[in-house]
Amino acid sequence: MNAPIAAAPLSAKDFKSDYKPVWCPGCGDYSVLAAITKALATLNLRPENVAVVSGIGCSSRIPAYTTCYGFHGVHGRALPAATGLKVARPDLTVLVASGDGDGYSIGGNHFLHACRRNVDLTYIVMDNHVYGMTKGQPSPTTEPGWSSKLAPGGTGLREFHPLVIALASGANFVARAFSGDPNGTAALLAEAVRHPGFSFVEVLSPCVTFRPEQRAWKERARPAPVAVTDDPARAARRIMTDDGFNIGVLYKGSRAPFAAPAARSPQAVTELEAGFAFEVTRK
Amino acid sequence: MALAGSGGAGVMTAGNILLEAAALAGYYALMTRTSGPQIRGGEAAAMLRVATFPTDGQDDRFEVLAAIDWQNVGRFAAELPLGPESLVVGDPSQGEPPEVFLRGGATYVPVPLKELAKRVNGGWPNMVALGVLAALIGLPAAAVESAVKKAMKKGLEAGIAAARLGMTQASSLKKFSLDKTESKGKRWLITGNEAAGYGALRGGVRFVAAYPITPATELLEWLSPALVKVGGTLVQAEDELASINMILGASYGGVPSLTATSGPGLSLMSEALGLGVAAEIPIVVVDVMRTGPSTGIATKSEQSDLNIALYGMHGDAPHVVVAPNSVADCAVATGWAVELAETLQVPAIVLSDQYFGQARAVVDVPDMGSNSFERLKAKGGEAFKRYAMTESGVSPMAIPGTPGLAYTADGLAHNERGTPSSQASDHLAHSDKYARKLEQLDPGEAWASVEGDGETAVLTFGSCTGPAREALARNGAGTRLVSLRLLSPAQPARLKRALEGVKRVLVVEQNHSGQFLRYLRSEYELPGEVKSLRRPGPLPFRPDEIHQALAAWERG
Repeated sequence: MNAPIAAAPLSAKDFKSDYKPVWCPGCGDYSVLAAITKALATLNLRPENVAVVSGIGCSSRIPAYTTCYGFHGVHGRALPAATGLKVARPDLTVLVASGDGDGYSIGGNHFLHACRRNVDLTYIVMDNHVYGMTKGQPSPTTEPGWSSKLAPGGTGLREFHPLVIALASGANFVARAFSGDPNGTAALLAEAVRHPGFSFVEVLSPCVTFRPEQRAWKERARPAPVAVTDDPARAARRIMTDDGFNIGVLYKGSRAPFAAPAARSPQAVTELEAGFAFEVTRK
Repeated sequence: MALAGSGGAGVMTAGNILLEAAALAGYYALMTRTSGPQIRGGEAAAMLRVATFPTDGQDDRFEVLAAIDWQNVGRFAAELPLGPESLVVGDPSQGEPPEVFLRGGATYVPVPLKELAKRVNGGWPNMVALGVLAALIGLPAAAVESAVKKAMKKGLEAGIAAARLGMTQASSLKKFSLDKTESKGKRWLITGNEAAGYGALRGGVRFVAAYPITPATELLEWLSPALVKVGGTLVQAEDELASINMILGASYGGVPSLTATSGPGLSLMSEALGLGVAAEIPIVVVDVMRTGPSTGIATKSEQSDLNIALYGMHGDAPHVVVAPNSVADCAVATGWAVELAETLQVPAIVLSDQYFGQARAVVDVPDMGSNSFERLKAKGGEAFKRYAMTESGVSPMAIPGTPGLAYTADGLAHNERGTPSSQASDHLAHSDKYARKLEQLDPGEAWASVEGDGETAVLTFGSCTGPAREALARNGAGTRLVSLRLLSPAQPARLKRALEGVKRVLVVEQNHSGQFLRYLRSEYELPGEVKSLRRPGPLPFRPDEIHQALAAWERG
């Protein structure tokens, strides 16, 4: 978070564009959008100094719903685009929005390497255990027995643990949020943005269309009963043994964020010719 | 001449020193390389041409083949053509040369390289061989010693002594002494990959993301420290999908950006190149072509990525493709690609190849142009439309950080503001806009190298240009050369003018299916009779093959 502090304080609505979202009524992503705009206002940022980068999917529509600079790229590649942007423009605050299909399946490899690279990004994954935009196929976090047209009777595959994978890959901040609590989510996101390095916030965000049973998540989500740890092994153990509904910051590390080597005083490009130019003097 | 041996024998080191010595002595020179697939320990050959004139390709045959040892060197026989006048220098302690090298009448000259090297404390056979080759072409001892000094940090004394020993040894041999050169002035000793890197920086590139791939890796390794020196950054990506998306992100942020790869990587980048077209984000991709399909021959050259470079994206996705036609042009063409990408807000692909990329050459300093272009940036104003319909098709681009101009760059079809739209009218308007940008491009003289006149023309691109130019010189007056540098957008009116009065067109390219010929047939009207001279890599065309094809045709 390097953007200059705003002159006049802005409110959440200053970060919300007038575009009408494509989401279904009742979608959890509305609350995530509200939480993002609220967090940005809390952080005293200006919209022009924030970029929201995404891939493809319901959640990835978020950039245009904000008044920030947006980048709506190709499926699964939000993290690389955001990495390039942040490394080239370290002055910007860069948020990355994704979903469980975009982020964990097609973009799975980038997730590992973004955690490991530890560029100062905030990665928000709206996890609803289903591909919504393509109308209801199982994702890497879908329960093995969930039946769909593409996988009748279920995939039989165990869902994976994105938060544990983030820890194992070196993410510097790992949190779980619930869209049913937009204020709590906003606070978590603000903390994630403030924390240096790669911050990963998984937001449980129900899909009421293809997973109506997820309406019951509001009964299950609750603040994590334990304090945040700086020990990734302990955090991983907790995450692997809880029921998946502990909300809060679950790990905070102190690894130095990615820093590209930089010259103290850049030289002119033509000076590089010394490496291959020569003078023919022989008579 | 060619210097071959198994990996670790130091043939590339010796080849580079010879090249440097020739450079210091005032000659032009070119060193191409071939190697087996092994990481270490495989066979390798440095192929050098030293000349009094600038040269962009190898000659028909090598005058000398020297080998440190013969282990597996026979595998390169097709790449190392020899003639009846050629010498084959080998160490008798390493066995006889493979029969294939002597079949054409070349003379075998045994030189005990290993034994001679042992006479010098810390001496190596490759340095003795270097001395032999230097003496055979009459390079002055002072130039050889200066080159050894520049190249060797350890064992310098032994290196010089061994090279001297080799030179003495060769004094009794038949010489291919070069004409004396009177030249003076500034030159570059550079590889095509380094030149492309330098051209990129001259064009203003300050962000590079890339994934290692043969034969593009050296371009990235050269750029990594160079970028830091000029205030830029290189990120090693986890794969090519990441590298292309990283440069899209960086360029969206206002920083001219580039990646370099080879065929397999370019295949992975196809989808995101389309995003660059749709969201109008300038990026440059250098494709150092190797043989395909699939993994192909990673270490060897072919011009077979033309199709994917031109047509490899889904949807209608107009973009720029340029092809350098010499080692030095790798710098100019890459700088130009940056200019075209930045000014048209479009992806540009540079089609280099392994032949240029890994060739090291002494070249005249090319005209790099002024590089005085800039991306059209939005400054302010009410109700900003990022994709405003303009006559040129190029719209002012807002750079993040600029107040009041925030927009979302989108690969979804959109309207002028960038808002997603599935309206037929928006899709048509934007398709027109993408096409219009390229249609209005005026490349001036840069679109092709056009040389000579006459009724017979050779039409080619890339690394076939050097041999074609030499073939034409041998063919005498009445032949012209057109080497296309701008492959997309096509320039039919310009080619028509360049081929005015031509009755025969020989299309020369290095791939199996005639990708260039098919492209020409679909985009251009070719006059008169058209013939195709083509074969897949890795064997480069030799001037004589093209000359013979032309001569036979003209004889009827």
